Amino acid sequence: MEEETRVICITCPKGCALDVTREGATVLEIRGGGCKRGQEYVKAELADPRRMVATTVRIRGGLHPLLPVYTAAPFPKGRIADLLAELRTLELRVPVKMGEVVLKNALGTGIDILASRTMTRLKEKNGEM
Amino acid sequence: MARKSKYDVVVIGSGPGGLAAAISAKKNGAEDVLIIERDLELGGILQQCIHNGFGLEVLKKDLPGPAYAQLYINEALALGVETLLDTMVLDVSPRRRIYATNKRDGVLDLEAHAIVLAMGCRERTRAQVRLPGTRPAGVYTAGTAQRWVNVEGYMPGKRFVILGSGDIGMIMARRLTFEGAKVERVLEVMPFLTGLMRNYVQCLMDYDIPLQLRHTVKRILGKDRVEAVESVQVDEHWNPIAGTEEIIPCDTLLLSVGLIPENELSRKAGVSLDPITGGPFVNNEFQTSVPGIFSAGNVVHVYDLVDWVTEAGLLAGKSAAAFAQRERESEIRHLPLLPGENVRYVIPHRVDKESLATGDVRLQMRVKQPIEAPVWVEVRSGEKLITRKGEPYVRPGEMVTLVLPSKVYDEVRQARELSLAVVGR
Repeated sequence: MEEETRVICITCPKGCALDVTREGATVLEIRGGGCKRGQEYVKAELADPRRMVATTVRIRGGLHPLLPVYTAAPFPKGRIADLLAELRTLELRVPVKMGEVVLKNALGTGIDILASRTMTRLKEKNGEM
Repeated sequence: MARKSKYDVVVIGSGPGGLAAAISAKKNGAEDVLIIERDLELGGILQQCIHNGFGLEVLKKDLPGPAYAQLYINEALALGVETLLDTMVLDVSPRRRIYATNKRDGVLDLEAHAIVLAMGCRERTRAQVRLPGTRPAGVYTAGTAQRWVNVEGYMPGKRFVILGSGDIGMIMARRLTFEGAKVERVLEVMPFLTGLMRNYVQCLMDYDIPLQLRHTVKRILGKDRVEAVESVQVDEHWNPIAGTEEIIPCDTLLLSVGLIPENELSRKAGVSLDPITGGPFVNNEFQTSVPGIFSAGNVVHVYDLVDWVTEAGLLAGKSAAAFAQRERESEIRHLPLLPGENVRYVIPHRVDKESLATGDVRLQMRVKQPIEAPVWVEVRSGEKLITRKGEPYVRPGEMVTLVLPSKVYDEVRQARELSLAVVGR
């Protein structure tokens, strides 16, 4: 049985709407959207939806009690809640440098979680160590 | 640390506009550049914008806000840009004097050859959108909540309603959901989404957060703490439609209802402001109506992308460096005339050395004390006597005139200042 779905592409700020015809898991046709990336996004979105995730992790010894972190690549959407729960158990210590891996291979996905900024000991100024 | 009293370029604010301006000023020949920042660290609002999507245009990278800031912070510090953190600028004068204060130094009085205003913008508050109802705790701007949740580690509530479908509001809806809160509703008075469609998809749709267009808050309920908001649908003239009211129980209302350029200091500096943008009138170098005072970023008008703020900062910083260089050259060319022993003042205050090459310069002054005996009126460069003239007596009521002759041109070319004194013969 054929099914019609509308997917909004989030690859870029344009936010094109694409209409998809599919039968079960098979995509029969994709209409609309201005570029190739949109077609790829729709296929991925229907088969294995992923999102960039940005959140915070507890840290001790720095200017702030939280360190902002993000996924090195889009993360499986269905597992974001588990990822957040996992990150909530972490507690880091300064110093941490921007881009440093704070959690390797998160939930076995092969995706690392990276520090979004440098955080030094409270006495030092922020910036390059 | 910053202990000089005069800088080539002073930048007020260290968000993306200020950082770019400082970097660009330094790279374009400014001798010393100082950033004054009121927060404890550099980076401005980017430090609380932990979501990604920054840098796609300028850096061709998709970075979180703090990472975008960090790249520019590192560059500024590597270039030797000086910083004064935790310091509030109180006043800026049209003559480019800056008065600031902090805990360590008390009051600071600085001079700059050029200033870049980079104070960014502020959020519209409840008072500015005139929301009726009681005045309980639990009504905050989205950016304030963002600071608490992302930087300071406080959750401002458990059940939220967000007014405004701008990007900050939608991004905060997702963020609060991540941290375990329930976002009951996003209300938007316009008939369309005001933020990006992709944020609607990845912030609201992904987490089943309902968005209602053409809806606003009719009233806030609650005594000490928000207990609910009453929403209402509006017609095409934005008038509430009777009978469409709904009580939405919640403990917090976040406002994401627009940004306004922050120009308190610009106004004090005598900078003319455009009533439409709320920011300074600028030329293509981002110079304001006051010579030597430049402005960059959201303080001028509110941008869509941080990348464009960076570009504006780079241009403003370059312009400021060029202005500062002209000021420096002008200072070298002009000799200050300083009143010394028994001289109250001298006119002119400074002399263009080059004008001595073509003719004499007449100086006029008044003495402090009368001397009823012959005196010398002397002009010195340091210890060295440049010229002098005898007078039988001097009195404060009678102006003293002295000519700085063209023939001293070669002698004063290397001088940094001249002093005048009236001494006994």
